[in-house]
Amino acid sequence: MAIQPITTLTGKAVPIAGADIDTDRIIPARFLKCVTFDDLAEGMFYDERFEKDGSSKNHPIDDPKHAGASLMVVGPNFGCGSSREHAPQSIKRSGFQAIIGSSYAEIFFGNSTGLGMPCVSADPADVETLANYITEHPQTELTLDLTAGEVRYGEHRLEINMPEGPKEALLSGRFDSIQELLDQTAAIEETAAALPYI
Amino acid sequence: MGKTLYKKVWEAHTVSTLNDGRTQLFIGSHLIHEVTSPQAFGMLRDLNLPVKYPHRTFATVDHIVPTESQQQPFEDPLADAMINELRSNVEANNIQYFSLNTGKQGIVHMVGPEQGITQPGTTIVCGDSHTATHGAFGAIAMGIGTTQVRDVLATQTLALSELKVRRINVTGKLQTGVYAKDVILHIIRHLGAKGGIGYAYEYAGNVFDAMSMEERMTVCNMSIEGGARCGYVNPDQTTYDYLKGRAYAPKDSEWDEALARWESYRSDADADYDDIVEFAAEDIEPTVTWGISPDHGVAISEPIPDPEKAETPEQKASILEALEYMKLPAGTAPTDIEIDVAFLGSCTNGRLSDFREAANILKGHKVAEGIKAIAVPGSQITAHQCEQEGIADIFREAGFEWRHAGCSMCLAMNPDKLTGDQICASSSNRNYKGRQGSPTGRTILMSPAMVVAAAVKGKVTDVRTLNA
Repeated sequence: MAIQPITTLTGKAVPIAGADIDTDRIIPARFLKCVTFDDLAEGMFYDERFEKDGSSKNHPIDDPKHAGASLMVVGPNFGCGSSREHAPQSIKRSGFQAIIGSSYAEIFFGNSTGLGMPCVSADPADVETLANYITEHPQTELTLDLTAGEVRYGEHRLEINMPEGPKEALLSGRFDSIQELLDQTAAIEETAAALPYI
Repeated sequence: MGKTLYKKVWEAHTVSTLNDGRTQLFIGSHLIHEVTSPQAFGMLRDLNLPVKYPHRTFATVDHIVPTESQQQPFEDPLADAMINELRSNVEANNIQYFSLNTGKQGIVHMVGPEQGITQPGTTIVCGDSHTATHGAFGAIAMGIGTTQVRDVLATQTLALSELKVRRINVTGKLQTGVYAKDVILHIIRHLGAKGGIGYAYEYAGNVFDAMSMEERMTVCNMSIEGGARCGYVNPDQTTYDYLKGRAYAPKDSEWDEALARWESYRSDADADYDDIVEFAAEDIEPTVTWGISPDHGVAISEPIPDPEKAETPEQKASILEALEYMKLPAGTAPTDIEIDVAFLGSCTNGRLSDFREAANILKGHKVAEGIKAIAVPGSQITAHQCEQEGIADIFREAGFEWRHAGCSMCLAMNPDKLTGDQICASSSNRNYKGRQGSPTGRTILMSPAMVVAAAVKGKVTDVRTLNA
């Protein structure tokens, strides 16, 4: 696996309002009928963004003022529900590089980390302040600095955090853990041998 | 200080500590299905890696299976492509497959226990968040993403961070008409949909001790709706009695050895917990949801909430959003909500005991006019048992459609979907916006007994009043 350290990401952001946004909302189940992840971008937040006839609901993602955004600012417990990796895949394949929120469902967080898409957390009130700022100043370039543990925007600075393990995995570029896991073949076989049910 | 079952099982399965500090954890049993595995096999092919322990992966097909007829090819070409992809992957890799023609197919979280694959003191993963179900046997069981499915196929291990453990004690006596589903809906309502983030839930106390394995599975199944990636009950005689004689359960002398090992994994009496919460069984009423998150629950006797009485602005916003979507005025009595559809099934409540209980209540009644009612056994084995016991006939005579096994209208990846803004009384696990297949469809979660009561009355009904 190629080593791709993720330290600093810069770009415009789009705010997604609401708590407990589940992965069914991020990508409705009908878009899961596929055997590759290639075409998932079109399903991202589909029912939030479009009416049944395909006309736009004017969701912030489709608002021209947020065009080209590469960071998503979200509410608490983002990505709850189904374990479908299709959810972070659809976000990443839509051009987003990181998510800024206050808390994440565990499986979604892990799936995103594995794709090299950091989900960073900050105080809920501060995230709301950031979301409001972006709505008013949509052209603002944000800098997510994982090393310094902060997001810088305009004159402001938002303190962010992330659990050490995943953060280290991203900073070192080893977020795809397959090679490291494969390297432990002897230890894997030893553990298996000590478990009578294997 | 003693240890929890979670800690003991975690330690027994630890392979190494990775450079970033995470644990490389050995996975004992890996369950796969057609939705979240094809991409993982694709990644494996791209990396030219074999499946490390094919005999520790077990496959079935559940999400996309039509329930009116399981005849192949399926009418939906995408669904047919998915099942064919699964078949070719399991054949190419020599993986045990409980296919539609084995009589053992079903929702993956039913197949594991039925076959005795799900055992105490093991680690179990599947690309499906309801893998928490298997924790009922005293296992660390959790949902994973597809890249992680690849990792398990290739190495039988995962990079994971250890969770904290919250013990949830429910003690006392459950009222008549209160089921395992009500217990877990009550817990989620009080601890919140994100209350379990960072935790494994250990369910303890005399209420869980007295539950059957099927009831424990209902509870553990919905740990994820409470934000906990896994939940478990310590194994006991009920667990061992359930497992004895099942296809993959230990046999002969191995059984006694396994029993001793399983007992040793139980949480110690002086185990160290990160948090302990208490609930009184007497406080739990039949519980239903009224909103768009599983923690939007009320007791059947309570009105649904008023946003003006919310404690925080966030709560108020959440209530307003939910009431708008559900098209329900604040203060509505749940029993005033008319339904369009009744769905009995899913990995939460699609087991034999669910259909037995529901049939006892349904017997002698008819589904109310204009209500579409469908009963979907969670597995072919359950479907067969329901036929043998006459349960299926009770449902048919009452006006339910009796279907073939699958996930069905829980997530509507097959043809079973709500249309428009229909309201569904559902024994499933999620009331998210659009969950049951229509972007404006509405879901009310409840126990199987409450689903049949709602089907009979055409509206949400306190099951305790149905035959009174």
